[in-house]
Amino acid sequence: MQFSFTSEQEEFRAILRRYLEDKSPPAVVRRLMETEAGWERDGWRDLNQTLGLSGVHIPEAYGGQGFGFVELGIVLEEMGRALLCAPYFASTVLAATAIMNAGTEAQKRDLLPGIASGDTVATLAFTEPNGRWDADGVEMRASGRCRLDGVKSFVLDGHTADLIVVVANTDKGLAFFTLPGDAPGLSRRPLKVMDPTRKQARLEFRSVAAELLGEDGGGAAPFARTMTQAALCLANEMVGGAEKLRQSALDYANLRVQFGRAIASFQSMKHKQADMLVEVELAKSAAYAAASAAAEDDADLPALASLAKACASDAYMQTAIHTIQIHGGIGFTWDNDTHLWFKRAKSSEVLLGDATWHREQMMRAWNV
Amino acid sequence: MSEPTEASVRAEVRAWLEANWSLDHGLVEWRNKLIDSGWGVPSWPKEWFGRELPPALEGVVEEEIKRIGAVGVAKTGIRRLAAATLLVHGSDMQKQKFLRRSLTGEDTWCQLFSEPGSGSDLAGATTRAEFKGNRWVINGQKVWTTSAHHADWGLLLARTDVNVPKHQGLSYFVLDIHQPGVEVRPLRQMNGHASFNQVFFTDAEVPPEMLVSEVGRGWAVATTTLMHERRGADGIRTWGMTSDRPGRIYQEERAEIATVMEPYKWYPQRAGRVDLVIERANATGRAADPVVRQEIAKLLCMSKAAEWTARRARAAQMQGKPQGPEGSLGKLVSSHVARAAAHVHTLISGADAMLTGEDAPMDGVIAEILVSVPAGSIAGGTDEIQRNIISERVLGMPKEPRTDNDRPFRDVPKNLVV
Repeated sequence: MQFSFTSEQEEFRAILRRYLEDKSPPAVVRRLMETEAGWERDGWRDLNQTLGLSGVHIPEAYGGQGFGFVELGIVLEEMGRALLCAPYFASTVLAATAIMNAGTEAQKRDLLPGIASGDTVATLAFTEPNGRWDADGVEMRASGRCRLDGVKSFVLDGHTADLIVVVANTDKGLAFFTLPGDAPGLSRRPLKVMDPTRKQARLEFRSVAAELLGEDGGGAAPFARTMTQAALCLANEMVGGAEKLRQSALDYANLRVQFGRAIASFQSMKHKQADMLVEVELAKSAAYAAASAAAEDDADLPALASLAKACASDAYMQTAIHTIQIHGGIGFTWDNDTHLWFKRAKSSEVLLGDATWHREQMMRAWNV
Repeated sequence: MSEPTEASVRAEVRAWLEANWSLDHGLVEWRNKLIDSGWGVPSWPKEWFGRELPPALEGVVEEEIKRIGAVGVAKTGIRRLAAATLLVHGSDMQKQKFLRRSLTGEDTWCQLFSEPGSGSDLAGATTRAEFKGNRWVINGQKVWTTSAHHADWGLLLARTDVNVPKHQGLSYFVLDIHQPGVEVRPLRQMNGHASFNQVFFTDAEVPPEMLVSEVGRGWAVATTTLMHERRGADGIRTWGMTSDRPGRIYQEERAEIATVMEPYKWYPQRAGRVDLVIERANATGRAADPVVRQEIAKLLCMSKAAEWTARRARAAQMQGKPQGPEGSLGKLVSSHVARAAAHVHTLISGADAMLTGEDAPMDGVIAEILVSVPAGSIAGGTDEIQRNIISERVLGMPKEPRTDNDRPFRDVPKNLVV
């Protein structure tokens, strides 16, 4: 397992951080979060043309950059820090990873280059109104001629995606399908989401024609693998946001004066900050360890990914709560930026499974 | 001469070891030979048994010593701190008298810092050292003194002036434990062990040449000792790893380590014994309870993340990168892990958690965990002090206003009851 980043990786992170600080300051986040789409083609194109981010972990043979999960984790951590409004998690993390895991060679050659270049924005529709994150929660049926009926919910960027990867059951078992975002019979409605920096949609399918992705009935293993990889990716994104909040709380405590001194000089503040640092650093260690395990395809990956997501869920939310508390009244206002990250923390806390659920997954993976 | 490289150091020390190491040596005899060669403490100055190697290359020498199965200089216990402190602050006479014998293991040491009235506030020590006639006379009490009952020498922090601010009125001495004015009594802990001592001084004497550095410079010297103590805190675990090979020299080394390790025999329990959790949960059937499962899982998450955080700190150190925040969290995190582990062991044990000794699970080991864990968040810097250190040194937060630094020590409020 890799416990430190190489100097190339550190350099990559520094470039990314500068780029995102420039392109995704809070003013831009606030503007985009008020739009229905939640992101813009121009900004998305620039992100991908300048830095090639949409294809970072996609193999070069399919038009990507050919890096691994450690580099993808760095990208996500920085995006989480900047609260970037873009369909990155939907397209690069969920959809591209699902296609890499489930698709045939020909399908990968057909579908991945568009995602890698950013020209195609894709998403993965797997959750349904029952809100479950495992294959047993999938109720959608695909009839014999690849016609999909049912409802998908909590679909990230589902109302704007060009390409939708769907998980459904056939007579042979779980399978993946693909269809265009404007397929006849598909109706898409943006959900009113608490975290407006990452949009979600409800997708209703009425006999929608779709293409089988990979093997009919062979979807269970690629789906589980995709969920594992997505969980560790989300954990890395979350620790970036948590770190950003922790630093903002520290900066504020150093500035804010009450009772004739900076509130940062009170032990109650110092001890809270020390505890926040511990929680965020432990969550980072878990997220980095899981990314490294994914890069090496470690057999223990399912447990480690769940461990990382559980730590990140708790750490991000706790940090968000403390950050508002340290800011006091101003932290509860709309004008202060803390609530933007607080809402991302709340939404990410449950997305792909909350801490309790992931702890149970970890215990099962370890045969306890 | 060219700069030493990893390859050149490895080749040189290997050649020396192959020519000189043999099982026929006695422990002290071998260590004297090793010390004379400069390979015993290779990063030390040349005039004091070293080779002035960069500290990063010390590990190479250790690897080669281990590879050939040789024994290194004595590293266990307070003698390591005494040697490191005297190397920096000691007079030539003190270095001549103590360095070699500490490295060979012939001299044993204890650290006389903590007092009943000054724990976290170590600079508030009130043990007095007064110069009378031709010697220093010591009166007062120290506590939490590991190994005082078999130490030859003590590193003593004592107050020489109450009319200056607290840090300026301290001096540092080497005290001969074997004298009538020093009484060592064991201190019984809540877990029944007596790993530490109380040391009482009644007109104990220190000759003037055993003052380390200058009068009033004791705090700076003590800081050196504490820095090495902190750096070596991880070492306690590795000290206990002895070779089980036959041979007189190994036997002598095992005996030395056994003596030093004796007070630490309950330390694994103090750390919470996370390693026992899964086995116990499965054996008792408590792993089936969803609430208990969650608590176990929380503990395992924290424990794993703590381990990886330590690995991150070590990896950064090995690459010579500046230390990140991950390097300062270990002590605080390990006491969190220990406390969570005690909680989980209680949940798993149920009613059996009320029992101790042979009536308790695992012949008392679980009970010993439950009554040993509270020490972890106190010893070696309380959790509260750790949080102060993290917030001030890592996060750069301001210190709290102090009322004890700007006035003579005699005017600083002190404990009425200790």
